[in-house]
Amino acid sequence: MTSATIRPIRSGFSLAEYFTCLSGIVWREALRFLHQRERFISALVRPLVWLFIFAAGFRQVLGLSIIPPYETYILYEVYIAPGLMAMIQLFNGMQSSLSMVYDREMGNMRTLLVSPLPRWFLLSCKLLAGTAVSLLQVYAFLLIAWFWDIAPPPAGYLTVLPALILSGLMLGALGMLISSGIKQLENFAGVMNFVIFPMFFASSALYPLWRILESSPMLYYVCQFNPFTHAVELIRFALYGQVNWIALAVVGGCTIVFMVGAIYAYDPSRGLIRRGPAGGET
Amino acid sequence: MKATDKLSAGQNTQDIPSRLDAAEIPALSIDGVSHSYGARHALIDIGFTVAPASFTALLGLNGAGKSTLFSLITRLFGIQRGHIGIFGHDVARAPGEALRLLGVVFQPRTLDLDLSVTQNLLYHAALHGIARRDARERSREVLARIGLADRAGSKVRDLSGGQMRRLEIARALLHRPRLLLLDEATVGLDVKARADILNHVRQLVTEQGISVLWATHLFDEIGSNDDLIVLHQGRVLAQGKVARVIADTGGSDINTAFMRLTGSTAQSGSPAS
Repeated sequence: MTSATIRPIRSGFSLAEYFTCLSGIVWREALRFLHQRERFISALVRPLVWLFIFAAGFRQVLGLSIIPPYETYILYEVYIAPGLMAMIQLFNGMQSSLSMVYDREMGNMRTLLVSPLPRWFLLSCKLLAGTAVSLLQVYAFLLIAWFWDIAPPPAGYLTVLPALILSGLMLGALGMLISSGIKQLENFAGVMNFVIFPMFFASSALYPLWRILESSPMLYYVCQFNPFTHAVELIRFALYGQVNWIALAVVGGCTIVFMVGAIYAYDPSRGLIRRGPAGGET
Repeated sequence: MKATDKLSAGQNTQDIPSRLDAAEIPALSIDGVSHSYGARHALIDIGFTVAPASFTALLGLNGAGKSTLFSLITRLFGIQRGHIGIFGHDVARAPGEALRLLGVVFQPRTLDLDLSVTQNLLYHAALHGIARRDARERSREVLARIGLADRAGSKVRDLSGGQMRRLEIARALLHRPRLLLLDEATVGLDVKARADILNHVRQLVTEQGISVLWATHLFDEIGSNDDLIVLHQGRVLAQGKVARVIADTGGSDINTAFMRLTGSTAQSGSPAS
């Protein structure tokens, strides 16, 4: 055979092809998650330690006044539950980011990036897949928490779902954006110190904002500017069938900004980082 | 007029394959491509074409710029200067159409070690929008062809180096590309595994009409009838049929021809690096 048979090439992709790609990426993320049992267990143990040990100790020390969305006095465990749900998503978002850096170092990321489908779509699929995995973790946490008398209204388990999806997307997009700027896996430890811990502690996850305002007005404003605070409040209100509109606007806006940033950073022609060849390549 | 000239003239790249004579369109056209990492120039104004249904060897020392070129062709890096076309589709302007025609085996392993052989193939198929039923059928086909049918359910982690490479080639063929790029595909393999892979890839050219660009630094992987491109320090030093390149340099074989072109001191029969 001396010449290739030229068959006409379709331009663009059908909806079915987009859907196949999305389901394939979600399927792969789910498989990886199931293969990494210790990741699932640690994702659950972390918030449960906060709930069973930290909150039990603080229950006697910390008094809480009645603040929306709560209509009566609540236990401290009940107060921090939404923060712990958001914490699961925060860690999951950063874990996805870590896995993207690992995939890039190991070469697996190339499989994704040389797909002919648009790169923005591939990254969006990856984000949705990560969010789906975080939802599994959060609902597993809620199930265990129910036995600890943390029982929101039954409808809350449904009404919180859109809030969890949106906050999961925001934190996943943030992780993706961060991963685009990390060149080596070793640098990821910095993410723990400079992103996860400050975001979690400088938020309303552990204490109500009015209490923070009383002790440190400056920290209060830091918390207000922290998108994680708004993710926590969005989840807290949604768990009781209510919408915190400011939180919704901030989380929605941040999701768009982080996602656009991540797509921009992963665009080969405009990336934020100057890329060189991988180790050992020429 | 070269196909790349037509691309740069601003035509609608998506229409080109249907309007041009098939024989006129190169499988791969590299035209005036340069790439730098900061102040370091990795590729300097290189240009060549790969003919349809041909085996073209890209020979170069480590550091010649082969992997950078592959990253540009596959759009992992943005093209800073020049044009790259795959069967007439400009990689920068119509990446979807171009990448659909391209299968690639990178120098580092890109398989997911925790997934099974079939799961890796199904994932790749999904990334190309191939429906699950079709993907399963194609997976069985390609695994049978490369002799890994009995390992379909095995974890990739449990495969040997040669089997992983064969699986990567099978994966690159799953979406039925017309151009296959292989970057140092035999590095780290034993002599038999190297020969098996090289023979298999050559069969793809003769039996299926797939165009192959085979990047290597090993002289013995280059056949006397192959097309050859010599890349050195980011520049193309020679291109053409192997016999022609040898004759032009006045050497007796590819080894001496390469040494004369690059001024390197590799011993006969040894790798170029």
